[in-house]
Amino acid sequence: MDLIWEGLRKALELLLTLDSEVLRITWLSLQVSGAATLISLAIGLTLAVVVALNEFPGKRLVIALLNTGMGLPPVVVGLFVTVLLWRNGPLGSLGILYTPSAMILAQAIIASPIIAGISLAALQHLPQGLRLQILALGASRPQMVWLLLKEAKLPLLAAVMAGFGGVISEVGASIMVGGNIKGQTRVLTTATVMETGKGNFDVAIALSLVLLVLAFSVNAVLTHLQQRGRRP
Amino acid sequence: MNRSTYLRWGLALATALSSVFLAAAPPAEKILILATTTSTQDSGLLDDLVPRFEKQTGFTVKTIAVGSGQAIAMGKRGEADVLLVHSPEAEKALVTDGTGVNRRIVMHNDFILLGPAADPAGIAKHTAAESLQRIAAAKALFMSRGDNSGTHAMELKLWKAAGLAPDGQTWYQQTGQGMGQTLAIAAEKKAYTLSDRGTYLALQKKLGLPILHEGDPSLRNVYHVIEVNPVRFPKVNAAGARAFADFMVSKAVQARIKEFGIGLYGSPLFFPDAGTPE
Amino acid sequence: MSRERILEARDLTVHRGAVKVLEIPELDLRTGEVLALMGPNGAGKTTLMLTLAGLLAPSAGAVQFKGSALQGKGDREAFRRRMTMVFQDPLLFDATVAQNITSGLKLRGLSAAERKPRVVAWAEQLGLGALLDRPAHQLSGGEAQRTALARAFVLEPEILFLDEPFAALDPQAREELIGDLGHLLAETGTTAVIATHDQGEAARLAHRLAVMKEGRIIQRGGLRKVTNHPEDPFVAAFVGMETLLKGQVAHCQEGLLTLRIRKGTGSGEVVALGEAEPGQTVLVGVRPEHVALSLHSDNTSSARNAFQGSVTKVIPQGPFYKIELDCGFFLTAFVTAQSLSELELQPGRRVVASFKATSVHLIRKEGLGPEV
Repeated sequence: MDLIWEGLRKALELLLTLDSEVLRITWLSLQVSGAATLISLAIGLTLAVVVALNEFPGKRLVIALLNTGMGLPPVVVGLFVTVLLWRNGPLGSLGILYTPSAMILAQAIIASPIIAGISLAALQHLPQGLRLQILALGASRPQMVWLLLKEAKLPLLAAVMAGFGGVISEVGASIMVGGNIKGQTRVLTTATVMETGKGNFDVAIALSLVLLVLAFSVNAVLTHLQQRGRRP
Repeated sequence: MNRSTYLRWGLALATALSSVFLAAAPPAEKILILATTTSTQDSGLLDDLVPRFEKQTGFTVKTIAVGSGQAIAMGKRGEADVLLVHSPEAEKALVTDGTGVNRRIVMHNDFILLGPAADPAGIAKHTAAESLQRIAAAKALFMSRGDNSGTHAMELKLWKAAGLAPDGQTWYQQTGQGMGQTLAIAAEKKAYTLSDRGTYLALQKKLGLPILHEGDPSLRNVYHVIEVNPVRFPKVNAAGARAFADFMVSKAVQARIKEFGIGLYGSPLFFPDAGTPE
Repeated sequence: MSRERILEARDLTVHRGAVKVLEIPELDLRTGEVLALMGPNGAGKTTLMLTLAGLLAPSAGAVQFKGSALQGKGDREAFRRRMTMVFQDPLLFDATVAQNITSGLKLRGLSAAERKPRVVAWAEQLGLGALLDRPAHQLSGGEAQRTALARAFVLEPEILFLDEPFAALDPQAREELIGDLGHLLAETGTTAVIATHDQGEAARLAHRLAVMKEGRIIQRGGLRKVTNHPEDPFVAAFVGMETLLKGQVAHCQEGLLTLRIRKGTGSGEVVALGEAEPGQTVLVGVRPEHVALSLHSDNTSSARNAFQGSVTKVIPQGPFYKIELDCGFFLTAFVTAQSLSELELQPGRRVVASFKATSVHLIRKEGLGPEV
C-alpha cells in the first residue's frame, strides 16, 4: 500500500509541476494515436460505406473479415509491421522503423477494422428505406452518403472512440515498431512498461494516471458532442 | 454543427497531428540504431550518455533496449548498427561468424545472488556453484529471467558449472520478463534470483531482497560494444557505429561511467574497463 | 385536366436474382392524374413504383419522362430532382421538422432565404406550423407522416410517388391525412402514383386504378370501371366485390340476362345487366353497398333480385356495418347503424336481401381465364 500512496503522491507532483518529459510523452501519445485514428477513420469509413452500399459476391466474407479484424492482437500487428519495415525487409527503404510514423502505421492497422466494423454496423442499422428516401429527395450519390453518415453520426462517434481508445491504450505494437526511444517514440504505454521495469512505480503510476485522464477526457469530449445532437 | 464547422475542426486537428511527421526527421545516414540490454537503459546510464553523444557527433541514436539475446539477433540480421551487450559467449559467436566486428570491452559490474532474508537454502558464504546446488537440494523457489537476456545466459552458465539442469523443476520458474519485473516477482514470492548489480541498486529500497552471495569471479558481468559488419550488411551505418563505439571507450565517457550512480545510489553502477584485457 | 402523357413505361421487367418480380408491358401516366396501384403485399407495387421513379434500374425495358427515356444513371439522377416519393415509414432525418421539410430544397442548393418561406408555407398547409422546431423523434405517427408529405410537396414535384403512405397510421390520423392529401392533390393538380392495398383509399384519392398480382398489372382503367366491372375474381375481391355468383344463362333479352344459379340444394334466378349467349356459364359479382336489406319482400321496389336469407355475422366497419348473409349462397351487405337497430340485425335474423339488375356486374364469360 505504501508504494501506491507514494506513487500517487509522486504522480500528482509530476503532473502538477507539468514535468516536461511527462508532457512530451503525453503530447506524442495524443499525436500518434490521434493521427492513427484519423487515418483509420478515413479508411474505416470508406470501407464501411463501400461495403454497406454495394452488393457484391463475397460481401459476407468481407464483413466476417472486418469483424475478425476488430480483434487484431496489437503484438501480432507490431511483429508484422516490424518485419515489413526492417531495413532489410520489403518496406525497409521507407526507413520509418522506430519512428512515430511506424507507430501510426501499426496503430492505424489496429484501429481501421475497429472503426470499419462499427461504422458498417451503424450504416446497416439505419432504416431500410432511408437510402431510397434520400435519393427520392433528389440527392446525388455523394449527398446521399453524406446524409447517411450524418444520420449514423452517433454510432460513428462511438466507432471513433473505440478506435482511439484501442490504440492509445495498446502497448504491444508501439513498443515493437517504435522502440520506446526517449524523446522520439516513447509514449504513455511504453513508458509505463519501462518505468515499471525500472522499478520506478511512482512514475509508472503518474503515466498511468495521465493515460486514464487522457482516455477519459477524449471520450468525454466525444460523448458531449454525441449528446448535443439529442435534445431531452 | 454544419459542414464547414466540421471541416474547420478536422483541418485544425489534422494540422496539429501532422506536426509529428514534420518533426525534423534526420537524414538516414545520421540515424544510428543501438541495440542494447535493458540493464543499460533501466539503470539510466544511456539516458545520461546518449544525449552527449548526439550533441558531439550530430547522430540521432535510436536506442532499442531489449534482452542481450534479441539485441544480438538484431545485429545478426543487420537491423542494428552497433550493439552494447553482456552475453560473452553469444558475442564471440557473432564475431566469429563475421557479423560483428571490432568487439571492444567497455565496462563491467557484477551479478549477485539474492533471496529472502531467512535464506531457507542456506546459501550465504558459499561459492556461486555451491549456492545453486543448495537451492536445488532444498527445492527453494528460484526465479529465472528466461528471456534469453545476458543475465539469463549468465544464469544458465552458472547452473551448468554447478552440474545442474533445473529446467522443468517445479521450484524453478521463468518470468520471461525484464530484470526489474523479475526482481519484483522474486521479492513477492520470496524466491532466489540472479540480478545484475546496477538494476538491483536502483530497485534495492523497494524490494527487501538482501544480497546473499556476491564477489565470486564467475559472477563478473562484462559489457562489450560491437559494430555490425557493414561489408555483410550494406545498409548499416558504419561511420555512426564506429563513432559510438569510440565514444563509449573514450576517456571522458569512461570517467563518466566511473562516477555514474554515486550520487543516486551511493555507489557506482558500472566500472570502466576500456583498454583492459578480459 | 390536361391529357398529355408525362410518364410512359414500356416492356419493363425487373429480376431479383433469377426470379422475374415485375413484368409490365406498358403503363402510362397522364399529367394531373392520380393513379392507384392496388394489390396485396408482394404484388410488385413498390417495385413498379421504384422503377417508375428512377430509383431502381429495370432489367429490361424503359421509362420515358415527358418523351425522353431515362437511360443511364445521369438521366435517372436528373429525373429524381423532378419527382419525389413518400414511403410507408416517414423516414425522417434526426433533425427538426423544419430541417426535415427543407432537406430536399437544400440538396438542390437553394439558399436559406429561398427555402424558408416555402418551408413555412407547406408546414402550414399540413398543419405543422406549430411544430417546426420539434425534433422528429418526438412526433406522433401522424405528425411524422405529415412532415414527410410536407418534405415532398415543398419540392413541387412533377410526379409524386406515395408508397402505402397511410398503412402505418392509426385510423383517426389516417382518416384526417387521407382527406388532407386528397385536397392537396386536387388543389395543386399534382400528378401522383399511390400504392395501396386499401380500396377505400384508392377510391378517395385516385382517378385511375391498376390492380397488380404477382408482378403484373391484371386490370387497369378508370376508378368506377375497375371497381364495378372487375375482369376477374381476384380483382373483384380486391376492389371490394365480395359476392361472386356463377350461373348459366337461361335467356337474354334487351341487355338483361337471366341466370340460373345454385342456391342451397336447389336453384334460383338472378337478373343481371349484360350480353351473353343462352347456355353460357358466366360469373357475376355484387358489391355489398348495392345490397339492401328489409324484413319483408317489397314489390314496389325496382330491385329485380330479392332473396330470403338469414344473418350469419355482423362486422362493424368504420361508420358502417357489414352483414354476412346465407341466402343459399354467400352475400354481403353494408348497412348504417340506424338500419342495424331498426332491423334488429343479429345472427339468425331472417331478412330479405335485394339488389338491382344494374348492380350485378358481369365479370367473366365461360372460356375466358381460369376457373374460380
